[in-house]
Amino acid sequence: MAFLGGVKFVIYFDNSATTKIDPSVLSTYDQVAQTIWGNPSSLHKLGDRAFQLLESSRKQIANLLGTQTDEIFFTSGGTESNNLAIKGTAFQKRKFGKHLITSSVEHASVTNAFNALEYLGFRVTHLPVDKNGRVNVNDLRNALDSDTTLVSVMGVNNEIGTIQPIDDISDLLANYPTINFHVDNVQALGKNIWSRVFTPRVDFSSLSAHKFHGPRGIGVFYKKEGKMLAPLHDGGGQEKGLRSGTENLPAIAAMAKAMRLVLTNEHAKADKEAAIKAKIVDYLQKKPGIKIFSPVNNDFTPHILCFSLEGIRGETLVHALENYGIFTSTTSACASTKVDEASTLIAMHIDDKVATSAIRLSFDETNTLAEADEFIKVFEQIYCHFAQINHLGE
Amino acid sequence: MKYTEVMVRYGELSTKGKNRKDFIGRLAGNVTKVLRDYPQIEIHPKHDRMHIVLNGAPFEEVDQRLKKVFGIQTYSPTIKVDKTLEAIEETALALMKETYRKGMTFKVNTKRSDHHFAYDTNELNLMIGDYLFKHLNDLKVEMKHPDLVLRIEVRQDAIYLSNQLLRGAGGMPVGTGGRAVMMLSGGIDSPVASYLALKRGVDIEMIHFYSPPYTTEKALNKAKELTGILANYAGRINFIAVPFAEIQEIIKEKIPEGYLMTVQRRFMLRLADQIRAKRKELAIFNGESVGQVASQTLESMAAINDVTTTPVLRPVATMDKTEIIRLAEKIGTFELSIQPFEDCCTIFAPPRPKTKPRLDKAREFEARLDVDGLIQRALDGIKVTPIYPNDKFLADKAEEDTALL
Repeated sequence: MAFLGGVKFVIYFDNSATTKIDPSVLSTYDQVAQTIWGNPSSLHKLGDRAFQLLESSRKQIANLLGTQTDEIFFTSGGTESNNLAIKGTAFQKRKFGKHLITSSVEHASVTNAFNALEYLGFRVTHLPVDKNGRVNVNDLRNALDSDTTLVSVMGVNNEIGTIQPIDDISDLLANYPTINFHVDNVQALGKNIWSRVFTPRVDFSSLSAHKFHGPRGIGVFYKKEGKMLAPLHDGGGQEKGLRSGTENLPAIAAMAKAMRLVLTNEHAKADKEAAIKAKIVDYLQKKPGIKIFSPVNNDFTPHILCFSLEGIRGETLVHALENYGIFTSTTSACASTKVDEASTLIAMHIDDKVATSAIRLSFDETNTLAEADEFIKVFEQIYCHFAQINHLGE
Repeated sequence: MKYTEVMVRYGELSTKGKNRKDFIGRLAGNVTKVLRDYPQIEIHPKHDRMHIVLNGAPFEEVDQRLKKVFGIQTYSPTIKVDKTLEAIEETALALMKETYRKGMTFKVNTKRSDHHFAYDTNELNLMIGDYLFKHLNDLKVEMKHPDLVLRIEVRQDAIYLSNQLLRGAGGMPVGTGGRAVMMLSGGIDSPVASYLALKRGVDIEMIHFYSPPYTTEKALNKAKELTGILANYAGRINFIAVPFAEIQEIIKEKIPEGYLMTVQRRFMLRLADQIRAKRKELAIFNGESVGQVASQTLESMAAINDVTTTPVLRPVATMDKTEIIRLAEKIGTFELSIQPFEDCCTIFAPPRPKTKPRLDKAREFEARLDVDGLIQRALDGIKVTPIYPNDKFLADKAEEDTALL
């Protein structure tokens, strides 16, 4: 544990990697695991009680997301939901076409699902992005052909926080009702942008509980009524046959609660995160050698701030901050140990050297402006140290 | 708006000549029953309308309950004011502001029983009309079909104002149509048939057949909970549970498959009729709809109805399933009715029941059974439960869920 001015100090700015579970959410998990432990499929009273809670959870989530109750399915999280939408569509619709479209800045669970399908003989188009990491609808229009069965574009980019033009894509795809449209919304809940990334045209969407103070290993898969998908897990036919396996009821109930909590006062929480981001951006943009990839504007989510410091590897910066008790990450926690890190920045044609020096701060409603001040204070020391070595600003 | 009283207009019952007194008395009793949670309320039934003096009870809550009382055609929330022009103007404007939407038409309709009041009806119509016209934008006067009618009644004790005419449930006061049993299964149709029987003023008692362990307790509780919803229209309904497993087992053992259903239904109707007779009731209601299932073809009805001469009334006989569902949604029984608990009509259901059973055969097969003994044992096992509005019987853990989630 690091000390600053003699006081133990910890700032968690890595909320896009995972969030801390809310104590009351954990308490729900605990209570359900200990008291409502029947199998929801059992005929007897214990099973019946579990089934009732399962359906109450589903109903609450549907109400919070503005969907119908039977459009909500439970999976193990974002990765599974993404795989289900992508492989499920590819397999289900293989007789109608084998062309799939995605962007070049997706999370690994999307990109690698497409890679696996490419290996199996599907044709995949990876849409390019502009300097803000945004997909262009015209590129999508040109990529569509009669063989296309799926378009998968994320709502909010996990590395730099770009909000993708899901509304424009929805307008375009309104003319192609048979093409499935999947939106990975793992980073998008509770940021006051939901209506922009979850339009009526969206057929499938993915959410993960641990990104909003819920437990690990549980997520939501939204499937629009009437849409058909090949399941990835065959078995006892739970979740209407789409996702077999005994339902993880404690986690499901805990997730329903976490979602209710995160969406309470959503507007004020997003404003708070935006204020923290704005404060740090305001400080950073005056510094020579610093490049900001997540500007403060309407095309970016308020909770993600990605920037690089010239000549210093992102990894080094992350560890330097950690020494002061500030936890951040290189651009994506999942990719941070691999060589091809910072794939979003690479796709934006950012120079490799700059891309590998990027770090990501990600906020949530538990962070404060005082923490932003502390971050600035600490970063100033680190910056001066590295600036001297690298002759920045000379 | 703080309404002080509700004026209730009777429906059809005003056409019923000498029976009117009974009708009004029964309606007053039914209204008293649904409003018993508000002891401060006074009910004054008169020969042409009923005055409900709220004495502070909230109209919004009273409204929810009055809506479900059969025998009320329309009703209006009313405000009592002092007999001064200023009081009328002030309250009239407040009332109009509550219900008026831009571009609506209106008229003022004054009645005066106190002929000593300073202004006559025409003067009041004009003066209040002018006043409203001045204080509300875009208000238009329309004599023939106005959107809003402001009613002013100048009586001896005070002046009464109202401008809403709310539609009541119609029908006849429950109890004026006599008493009958209703065969309630727990499906979609029989609750709707119950509602329609109540609407014609018939006081019903539910008969429900259950067959443990073939049917679950949930199926029984579902039927009870449906009765709780329907009790909103009746104040209270007795629920009579009839054990049916022994009869079903014997029938399954001794009757050819094609006639299982027909004979089973004959037993149900016999039991219903005997319970009816013992309870001094006049008719049997059920939820049959012509041609809907094998037991509801005219041939089946004839073969089943053979066991009694008591009137068997089928309020939904000629309705389409979609019409029945619409009504079930309106009265709030649909969601519960579609809960999938197996009831005694579906167990032992043969794969190919006769849609055109022959009466002579049904009688012949049935003769193999000890009909009287079976009926008597079932009657010995009946349980009667009085059920009140919105009583709950299904283990509803919604509150616990809410606390957890």
